[in-house]
Amino acid sequence: MNIEIIKAEHLTKYYGDFLAVNDISFSVHKGEIFGFLGPNGAGKTTTIRMLTGILNPNSGRIEVFGMDMKKHKIEIRERTGIVPEMANPYIDLSAMRNLRLMGRLYGMKGREIEERSVELLKLFNLYEKKDTKVRGFSKGMKQRLSLAMAMLPDPELLFLDEPTSGLDVMSARLIKKIIREEQKRGKTIFMNTHNMQDANELCNRVAIINHGKLIAIDTPEKIKEIGAKSNVIEFSLSPFKFKEGIVDGRVEILGDKVKVYTAKVDETIKKIVNYAERENLKIVSLNVEKPSLEDVFMALVGEKNE
Amino acid sequence: MSKLSQFSRSLAIVKKDMLIFYLKGPVVIMGLLFPFFLFGAFLIGRDLSHAYLFVALIAMTAFFTSTAVGPTIIPWEARSKTFERLISSPISITTVLFGDMQASFYFGLIITSFISLTAIFLGIALNLLIFIPVVILALLTFSAMTILMSSYPPTDVPADVMMLSSLVKFTLLFISGIFVPLEKLPWYARAVSAISPLTYMVDALRYSVSMHGYFPLWLDLIAMLLFSLIFFFFGVVIHKRVLEKRFT
Repeated sequence: MNIEIIKAEHLTKYYGDFLAVNDISFSVHKGEIFGFLGPNGAGKTTTIRMLTGILNPNSGRIEVFGMDMKKHKIEIRERTGIVPEMANPYIDLSAMRNLRLMGRLYGMKGREIEERSVELLKLFNLYEKKDTKVRGFSKGMKQRLSLAMAMLPDPELLFLDEPTSGLDVMSARLIKKIIREEQKRGKTIFMNTHNMQDANELCNRVAIINHGKLIAIDTPEKIKEIGAKSNVIEFSLSPFKFKEGIVDGRVEILGDKVKVYTAKVDETIKKIVNYAERENLKIVSLNVEKPSLEDVFMALVGEKNE
Repeated sequence: MSKLSQFSRSLAIVKKDMLIFYLKGPVVIMGLLFPFFLFGAFLIGRDLSHAYLFVALIAMTAFFTSTAVGPTIIPWEARSKTFERLISSPISITTVLFGDMQASFYFGLIITSFISLTAIFLGIALNLLIFIPVVILALLTFSAMTILMSSYPPTDVPADVMMLSSLVKFTLLFISGIFVPLEKLPWYARAVSAISPLTYMVDALRYSVSMHGYFPLWLDLIAMLLFSLIFFFFGVVIHKRVLEKRFT
């Protein structure tokens, strides 16, 4: 049975006259990693801030763990760990002191805080730096510490806002590994991201938001099926030369490669081959693929994105 | 969530503030160095009684130390991107602000207690039953005032708040009977001084050294209590109202 951990109904948020989130509804089930995708300024962070009770929606209702966010904000937060996008650990405190502070704010006991902090510092490869002030940490280390702080009270629900954004490969991999392990332990994870690869690798379901409006919500594979009517033909010609209009469908030129999104695979390949023969060009590569999550995302929001 | 639990969590905020903000440059300058230079300037060339000097010293110390930390904490947290994490933990905004207020209070209490020892060297017969409650109540009032000071504008530039709070502090300092006793002020200046919480501290402190003041002692104490409640209440209300602006 799917237990609803988060239930958002008709959320709308204005900043002055600007409509940041426009009547969105969705639910997140127990034990799933739910990806919230969208370009910058789409309304992802505003949504996560409403779901965590930092901002109040102008209209709509939020239930977390079956409790109304308006009435039970603190009780909900007791069971929730949050990594805000723009939030840093305290740079004038050591990693250990940051964790102790978080433990105290969650009402944990001293010994429990110490034991859990050591466990998490080891998990995030930060134990050697436990007494070092965060001021000297790299972005990846700060982000790992940030996630450790959110996980300290062993919450049932984690809100992660862009958890791997701008991180080095090692830190990003470690964070993704830990997110998967948390899911195996039965935790529910709500993750804002604009990284399609992360969403594809991690999420059980994703929602795509653009200009404050929810435009798709389903599993990554089913979302990809939205674009399955079209295929992606990627080819490269040498010397590189390509004229717009020789093929039908959406065309992207990426360096020395051309991507064509089309439902007419046979016809398009013939056109490309004819064009190459006519212009005396060598076909270096030609691949036909199903669209990726990123392709579908771009098709849904990319062209409209400002 | 019980009030006791929120209070216990506010102590975590106090500890964080102590570790981070007590030794910040502007806090040391405005809270420690400045009042002593100001007191030095006040002292030079005047032939004043020890009791009068002591009251001025304690009032200035309590006022400047307890208002040095508070105004900058939230702008500083907003700037260093730690504020969102703090308010997304299971504590209310009121708890966060109460923690910040306590941090101001303890800073003032530590320094003022230390400076109060000068009474021994000055040979002042201090009525501790009046002096201690007055200092504590005054520190609470000034600490609560910093919550109001940091509430508006909702900036993430600590210097903006420092500038505005300095403007308010100096205005209050000059109308509060420290430099010129209330009874020697013209009636309109006395009317203005009544809106300053510092006035009541200075007046109550005079009771602790000489058993007389301008207002009745009970009025001084009630005025400080009311000021502290009003400052904290409106500080919290404004902080809540402008919270959204800190994220946009």
